[in-house]
Amino acid sequence: MIAGAAAFAAAVALTACGAKTDAAGGSSDRAAKADTSGDTVKVGLLNSLSGTMAISEVTVRDSLKLAIEEINASGGVLGKKIEPVSEDGASDWPTFAEKAAKLIKEDRVAATFGCWTSASRKAVKPVFEKNKSLLFYPVQYEGLEESPYIFYTGATTNQQIVPALDYLKSRGEKSIYLVGSDYVFPRTANKIIKAYAKANGMKVLGEDYAPLGSTEFSTIANKVKASKADAVFNTLNGDSNVAFFKEYKSAGLTARSMPVVSVSIAEEEVKSIGPQYLAGQLTAWNYYQTTSGAANTAFVKAYKAKYGQDKPTSDPMEAAYTSVHLWKAMVEKAKSFDPEKVKAASDGITFDAPEGTVTVDGASQHIHKTARIGKIGTDGLIEQVWDSGKPIEPDPFLKGYDWASGLS
Amino acid sequence: MTVILGQTFTGISIGAVLLLIALGLSLTFGQMNVINMAHGEFIMAGAYTTYVLQKSISGAGLSLLVALPVAFLVAGALGALLEWVLIRRLYLRPLDTLLVTWGVSLMLQQLARDIFGAPNVQTRAPDWLTGNITVLGGDDPLTFANSRLFILALAVAAVVALSLTLRLTSLGRRIRGVVQNRDLAEVSGISTSRVDRTAFFLGSGLAGVAGVALTLVGPIGPTMGTNIIIDAFLVIVVGGIGQLKGTVIVAFALGVMQSVLEYSTTVSVAKVLVLVAIVAFLQWRPQGLYTLRTRSLV
Repeated sequence: MIAGAAAFAAAVALTACGAKTDAAGGSSDRAAKADTSGDTVKVGLLNSLSGTMAISEVTVRDSLKLAIEEINASGGVLGKKIEPVSEDGASDWPTFAEKAAKLIKEDRVAATFGCWTSASRKAVKPVFEKNKSLLFYPVQYEGLEESPYIFYTGATTNQQIVPALDYLKSRGEKSIYLVGSDYVFPRTANKIIKAYAKANGMKVLGEDYAPLGSTEFSTIANKVKASKADAVFNTLNGDSNVAFFKEYKSAGLTARSMPVVSVSIAEEEVKSIGPQYLAGQLTAWNYYQTTSGAANTAFVKAYKAKYGQDKPTSDPMEAAYTSVHLWKAMVEKAKSFDPEKVKAASDGITFDAPEGTVTVDGASQHIHKTARIGKIGTDGLIEQVWDSGKPIEPDPFLKGYDWASGLS
Repeated sequence: MTVILGQTFTGISIGAVLLLIALGLSLTFGQMNVINMAHGEFIMAGAYTTYVLQKSISGAGLSLLVALPVAFLVAGALGALLEWVLIRRLYLRPLDTLLVTWGVSLMLQQLARDIFGAPNVQTRAPDWLTGNITVLGGDDPLTFANSRLFILALAVAAVVALSLTLRLTSLGRRIRGVVQNRDLAEVSGISTSRVDRTAFFLGSGLAGVAGVALTLVGPIGPTMGTNIIIDAFLVIVVGGIGQLKGTVIVAFALGVMQSVLEYSTTVSVAKVLVLVAIVAFLQWRPQGLYTLRTRSLV
């Protein structure tokens, strides 16, 4: 018994010593430092390549790889070629956290790009914070969050949801109905929407949530129809949208009689749901495949050349693509891969992105983005019907809005 | 008033979907005591059959009609194969059938993923099923979705066909004989193994038809079966194992209950309340709504 305990203690001591000498430069810092000694620098790609979210996240991974290839072709970052290490989060939040730790500690990546759902981001957040390593998160989200080790390159609420509500208000829609999936993003988004509606004289006539993956929407369609709302605000995620829009059409509701504004349906999802169910409905994003500009023409062309002419580009893909280029610019300005120096150099970094020029806000680690409202066409592409004209400053905690006090 | 009628129709239409899913299972689980966890994947097979047919046949209406018999045969053949390869060795060990068919269901899901890809796919509904029928005109019209009416008709047709088969045909009499007393049936000259396989073919084929119906409601994906199989088991257990009558009544009752509760509360709360009601009901009547009377010794 005693001998066993002693052996165990010795083993622990040995392991501890091993860990100490293994750390970069022999320092005893418990955070694993990125390995930047060779000709290449590793970065992590952390996306769901299997499971229910794979439909969306595989396209993000593809788009990240495209950006890395482009950067390597033009000489790399600080003279080093980027070597992507791709991990599968498998649509499972604990797996995301595990793989994040593996990328940081074993692969010793300089930065990680990925995650999609808020649940996966919340799962990896402590891992990146504890190890002082950087995550670039490319998807629009519900805001009300801040992490010193996450750069948010998708929209926060004041760059997507608030402009969508402003747009509805400007069209004279006086009442809305809220439909969403039952998890953190829709619930938080709807809290914000209700606060906005209250302050702007809009009525919220109902609020319904369906479990993620739910496909029975007949009652919700009946409720929406009976409410006679002017418009529907849709925060459903994933496949539920298919069932919802089929039922919506069956109930005799149309984009003309009661438009639906969606914040999670991009070109890829339109393609799989079927444009015949979505034509005429509205979406709110920062980027569409049809967004004009030379940077986007080049991006769309390069993406299709690499992955197939029938593959559409979408907002989260564009934000992911942009995030790699932003990281490169930050590293070059900092002249270092060290996360602290990269963070310090981030404020004011700009990139001529497919969505237009974006600028990093160093304080919130979000970026300035142009808000866009689009109408889904019968060809599955989305045509812009409104934009904010210029990039909107990120305001993740909605401090600039009186009605939002008390939300966070 | 319109709301009440509309919700009742919604409830009946949910019930019709439940009934279609549970019908085949009531044959394989109810009559043959096999806990077939792969039943959901037979539904998936029917749905993917519809998808494949739509790719090869232009005209959504025609492909849907062709899909009904083809999906029946495809899923039925899968079921008969499963019975022949695995289940016939396990008839006296119901819990083992659960484990084995669960394994098969996982394999079928992965097979679907390999063939059709992980993302879900869609079919186009024919034009005559995307609209609706307005029953009460006026300011607040009552509408019945065509696709839901079609599923309802399909469910009724399937129940009638199954019950006629069980009552009137010699196959049906043999099935009922085997259910009531397997040993006696065997000594009376009925080949019970052949009856088993045929019954499995019919039950799995009905799952295929349910799969065709589900393509009108939602997406087609590798995991669509697992999401609905629990509901089907609930319907059968509450209805009384082996009782077609109970399956029909309970499917519609649960459908209406779900829709009424959903309307007055939320989707999640309604699901919880329905489950609580089921648990309470089974406390009161553990054998379900109807019971099978048999001359069997066990």
